[in-house]
Amino acid sequence: MRVFVTGIGCVSGIGMDVGEHLRSFRSGRDGLGGITLFPTRHDLPVSEVKAGNGALAERLSLSASRTFSRTSLLGMLAAKEASGDAAIPDGSGVRIGLVSATSTGGMDLTERFYPLFREHPAHGRLRYAARHDAGDSTERIAAYLGITGFRTTVSTACSSAANAIMFAARLIRNGILDAALAGGTDALCRFTLNGFASLMILDKAPCRPFDDTRAGLNLGEGAGYLVLQSEAALTKPPYCELAGYANVNDAYHQTASSPNGAGAYRSMKACLEKAGVLPHEVDYINAHGTGTVNNDASESAAIRRLFAGGVPPFSSTKAFTGHTLGAAGGLEAVFSVLALSGGLLFPNKNFTTPAPPAGLIPVTRYAEGASIRTVLSNSFGFGGNDTSLLFRKTDRQP
Amino acid sequence: MEQLKQELKEALIEALNLEDITPDEIEDGAPLFGAQGLGLDSIDALEIILLLERRYGIRIENPSEGKAIFYSVDTLTAYIEANRKP
Amino acid sequence: MTRQPPVYINSAASIHPPLDGVGECLPGKCLTAVEPDYKRLIPDATLRRRMSRIVRMGVAAGQACLQDAAGVSPEAILTATGMGCLADTEKFMNSLLDGDEERLTPTAFIQSTFNTVGAQLALLNGNQSYNTTYVHRTFSFESALLDALLLIREREAVDVLAGAMDEQTPTLYTVLQRLGCWKRAMAGEGAAFFLLSGRRTDGTLAILQDVELFSGDYGEQAIRERMERFLLAHDAAGARTLYPADYKRFCGEYPTAASFALWYACRELREAEGKRPVLVYNAFLDAHSFILLKPV
Repeated sequence: MRVFVTGIGCVSGIGMDVGEHLRSFRSGRDGLGGITLFPTRHDLPVSEVKAGNGALAERLSLSASRTFSRTSLLGMLAAKEASGDAAIPDGSGVRIGLVSATSTGGMDLTERFYPLFREHPAHGRLRYAARHDAGDSTERIAAYLGITGFRTTVSTACSSAANAIMFAARLIRNGILDAALAGGTDALCRFTLNGFASLMILDKAPCRPFDDTRAGLNLGEGAGYLVLQSEAALTKPPYCELAGYANVNDAYHQTASSPNGAGAYRSMKACLEKAGVLPHEVDYINAHGTGTVNNDASESAAIRRLFAGGVPPFSSTKAFTGHTLGAAGGLEAVFSVLALSGGLLFPNKNFTTPAPPAGLIPVTRYAEGASIRTVLSNSFGFGGNDTSLLFRKTDRQP
Repeated sequence: MEQLKQELKEALIEALNLEDITPDEIEDGAPLFGAQGLGLDSIDALEIILLLERRYGIRIENPSEGKAIFYSVDTLTAYIEANRKP
Repeated sequence: MTRQPPVYINSAASIHPPLDGVGECLPGKCLTAVEPDYKRLIPDATLRRRMSRIVRMGVAAGQACLQDAAGVSPEAILTATGMGCLADTEKFMNSLLDGDEERLTPTAFIQSTFNTVGAQLALLNGNQSYNTTYVHRTFSFESALLDALLLIREREAVDVLAGAMDEQTPTLYTVLQRLGCWKRAMAGEGAAFFLLSGRRTDGTLAILQDVELFSGDYGEQAIRERMERFLLAHDAAGARTLYPADYKRFCGEYPTAASFALWYACRELREAEGKRPVLVYNAFLDAHSFILLKPV
């Protein structure tokens, strides 16, 4: 059973919907700015979604008196756009599910609850604590969109959303679902910011993926979802096919990637094999490219090895959106679909100097109208978790 | 110097949760990192950076600087002696 | 319904509260898992030293499961947890608040990640295969189980290690108490892993027939009807049903309690004379699941 993409939706520091993202990419505008969402002593650039929780709730027509984590709100916004885009007619009998990813879940609300709670166990508002778990955001999104079928949540750090898309595809291929909203959402919070600060991998300047002078990543927040639909259940012409996917484990170190990129190499290779696509047939790679010394060196080595006959155009979009962690694979899947449907090449903002030994040069100029038939999207996470997705153009009609 | 070494070994054992290891078992000149030594890794390097900052007021901004400094208990103590804030 | 190739449970391991403990539900009581000798199950001191209690429990249960099926290298490691590594999360949160965001140690943050157990199992065993983690409340473990079933049916994998873990912490207990959870239930915890396979072995414990998840406002009668339909569809009308009360009196209430229930059911199937199918029924609030086992 083949799986197609029929809807896309996203929100991040560079836009509240797909259209705004396209305009930001075209004009080269990133989402970076200071931290305004919570008090902190860190002075670091981050890519926040340019709307507070109240404004998000208003956009979603939600009552201001109800409590939602920011992760839920961002997820609802992107999932709603994707679902509206797919426009599966009511009463079509299509069984739709939700496979959503997150790494922070309701941590933003826990940060409001816990300081009071630890002063006194009877203090702290329970309505915040009850939103802590990762599954909460998925349930809120499902309830908002009226999805009552299969729902689950995936969390594998920075590859979470790509793994959610993979599992959703498996559910469809096996006839458990006809369609699935799949992707991820993560809100920026103090916990995550300090976690990454403690790892000393946050750049104080705008991040420079694949550049020789790169010095770390910038955090971001957002959400990105696809609507995946089985061939048999198509109700509109799809954007493209999700032709391949693979997840492997680097099994090298808890946080670091192997220097030779063994895991990244195997995930890309297995993904291409699943799709029956040869390396020279890949037209664009949306790289994981976080801007950390370790990730980009490892990913570059893997790309060099797999695409020894010629490296296709590739770039990291994280200099625009920041690293949106559990949402990154979802956002970048949306960008990959856009690359295919519009022949777009996204620039790897802030790149100037190739980094030895791979010396790879990413796409540095925004382009439209390129001939793109296949796009590979990489998402790698802590715990050696490496996922690649392959999207392919299709002529398939419902 | 000997006292600092002993103190440092105890602090390393505590900060890095080195169960089953006593200060005497850590040789002054032996490598701390990699399979030949105590088997420490990049996460431990970050913990050692914090240990230096907390106990001795020494700041290391770039983790890659740590490689030579953290080679052994000998190199670490020499660095602390030279850089510690009174 | 098309005939699916059978999926076998070839080994099972669990870390849980004592089975000879209370054995009845004493609301408000907090059950604690009996922990094994971790040095035997996780000999790598370098990895073990950073592991918090839940990570040790999860990794040890996974390792014990693999040891029972000696020589098998699974093509997927699937983990599940409802609440994740709470103690490490709280530890990092406390150090953040105490130190006012300065001089934070990364270890607790790294270990607080939901996929820590899966990642550590991969590292310990040099396992480079598919590795993912489900974190959806009562459906966390069932999601992992479903993924395993599909992987084996699709022949993407022959052997799959799937398991779950959740820990009880003083903070969780207090929060859930304030939410009223312990008025009728005991707090529990545990870790359980299973080696699922498309290949039958001498040690095969049971056939995992199917997993079904559903949610909503179902009354007792509606559940019973749905259960009957499910059993009939699987030609298992005579199955013995394990209801939540049957196993939660041992393991207590926690999001992935179904993993203990499956371990308990495997044990029953092996020991029972009659060899009837066993249906594990799990329910919490409006989430319900069926896991159907058949004897080999």
